[in-house]
Amino acid sequence: MEPYKKHQSIVALMKRSNVDTDQIIPKQFLKKVERTGFGKHLFHDWRFNDDGSDTANFELNNPAFTNAKILLVGDNFGCGSSREHAPWAIIDYGFNTIISSSYADIFYNNCFKNSILPIKVDKKKLAELMDEVAVNEGVKFVVDLENQQIITPAGNGFTFDIDPFRKENLLAGFDDIGLTLKHIDKIDQYEEKHKQTYPWLWN
Amino acid sequence: MKKTMYEKIWDSHLVVEAPGQAPLIYVDRHLMHEVTSPQAFEGLRVANRKVRNPHSILATMDHCVPTKDRDLPIADPIAKKQIETMADNCKSNGLNLYDMKNPNNGVIHVVVPEHGFVHPGMVVVCGDSHTATHGAFGALAFGIGTSEVEHVMATQTLPQQKSKTMLIQIDGELSKYTSAKDIALTITGKIGTAGGTGHVIEYAGEAISKLSMEGRMTLCNMAIEAGARAGLVAPDQKTYDYLKGREFTPVGDNWDKALAYWQSLVTDEGAQYDTVVVLNADEIEPQVTWGTSPEQVTGVTGLVPAPKDFDDDIKSEACANALEYMGLTAHTNITDIPVDLIFIGSCTNGRIEDFRIAAEVTKGSKVADNVIAIAVPGSYHVKEQAEQEGLDKIFINAGWEWREPGCSMCLAMNGDELTVGQRSASTSNRNFEGRQGKGGRTHLVSPAMAAAAAVAGHFVDIRNL
Repeated sequence: MEPYKKHQSIVALMKRSNVDTDQIIPKQFLKKVERTGFGKHLFHDWRFNDDGSDTANFELNNPAFTNAKILLVGDNFGCGSSREHAPWAIIDYGFNTIISSSYADIFYNNCFKNSILPIKVDKKKLAELMDEVAVNEGVKFVVDLENQQIITPAGNGFTFDIDPFRKENLLAGFDDIGLTLKHIDKIDQYEEKHKQTYPWLWN
Repeated sequence: MKKTMYEKIWDSHLVVEAPGQAPLIYVDRHLMHEVTSPQAFEGLRVANRKVRNPHSILATMDHCVPTKDRDLPIADPIAKKQIETMADNCKSNGLNLYDMKNPNNGVIHVVVPEHGFVHPGMVVVCGDSHTATHGAFGALAFGIGTSEVEHVMATQTLPQQKSKTMLIQIDGELSKYTSAKDIALTITGKIGTAGGTGHVIEYAGEAISKLSMEGRMTLCNMAIEAGARAGLVAPDQKTYDYLKGREFTPVGDNWDKALAYWQSLVTDEGAQYDTVVVLNADEIEPQVTWGTSPEQVTGVTGLVPAPKDFDDDIKSEACANALEYMGLTAHTNITDIPVDLIFIGSCTNGRIEDFRIAAEVTKGSKVADNVIAIAVPGSYHVKEQAEQEGLDKIFINAGWEWREPGCSMCLAMNGDELTVGQRSASTSNRNFEGRQGKGGRTHLVSPAMAAAAAVAGHFVDIRNL
């Protein structure tokens, strides 16, 4: 996995709540057997007309948000289907950071497996940030995961919380499976006990 | 310390809790389908890793499979490749796969219980959010992403954060024709699609005890629609009776041992939950969603709301957007909404009991003019059972299509889909924009409500029939 580095990037604003993973990557794109190439389908049904041209009012079609790496979005982002195609599409499109007041559980976990930092802020802070971007489209924020800090041009720096284990993994780009396999002895021991306690699961 | 059922399962599955790391929990059962697994197998291959416990996996093909003309090759070449990849991956890793032609084939969350593959107290995962279904058996069952599918295949464990606990207690008895689906939708309407975020919900109370295993599966299936990690129902005699004699259920001494363990899982008297919600079953009426989120729901006697009915700006705007997408006018009676297509099926409502109640409502009537009605059994076993009971004839005589099993119109990956502007009454679980086809308008309901709408051509209060 790519290590997550400090960056200063354009912030795209989507003032919507309960954005579900069916919108992030519609089902017609879930038939591929690869992990790559989903970015061009991100938010497909909102982003494109039937003839393939850009829709007029969809946020990400706003030229001010071109090359944005940070997505600022409403509550409960990524709800619904567990499809990891959603974070695959997000990272492939170019976002590596999401800022919202809450995320659906499975989507939140999936982000960390794909070098995406989902930042949680409280609702008041989210509204402030949305206001700042709305009046100054194309604005850039600095995201510093090491120091758990976001700096906005208004000069406002603020810190955010994140689980230290997840932070370390994102910064280092660690492979989760590799980390787990360091505990292989413990897994073997657990499994031996499991076989004795629940023999019917091992027939 | 007094523990909830969730805490008991969590504690017994903790493999290691190293400082500064997420706890690792052990996974007993891993369910699989064709859509969320291919990239995980590829990841294993690239890293030269193996499936640790092939016997812990049960796989099916359900999302992309056609529900008619099953003997013909799959027309969509990308779907065909996905299906073939699933077969290759299962074969090369020695996994138990119920492929499209297998008599055990069907929707993963319908098939798995039919074979007794999930037992109380297990940790069960699948690259599918509706894995929550298996909480009906008192198993901790939840959806995971594809990277986690790979993780479980390689290590039989998952790094997990412990969830908070929520008790949803439903006192009293449901009225006739009000079902588990109506409880699930009522809960989602009440607590919202993020209401259960970070929680595992345990459902309890008289109305839950009285639900059949099928009803409990419907209820737990939609725990995810309330944002919860998982749903749980304590195992009881109904659970044990359901499991007894199935393929993967223990027998003899092992049955006795298993039973003793299962009985020990029930939440201790006096154990504390982080959140408690109490509802009364008599207040639950048949539900119909009017919007594009499962929380946008009301009783069948209600009205489509107006944006100004919501105090919260975001909910108000979401209502306005939903009305526009759904082509609905505020303050329309739910029973005045016409429907074009009826879908009964899915991992939520594709079990035998669902077809029995729908057939009871359908018997002797005809599908309304200009309405298409499609019945898609959740598995071949459901289909066979229904046919033995003559239910297929009731549907066919009324003008329904009786199809082969699969996920079908629940998420419309297999070609079964709504056209732009077409309006469905659907027994599935999600009414998101485009879920059943781009521009399609979905109203989620119970099987009885769907069957009644098929006859009337609009929603009707099933209790008045």
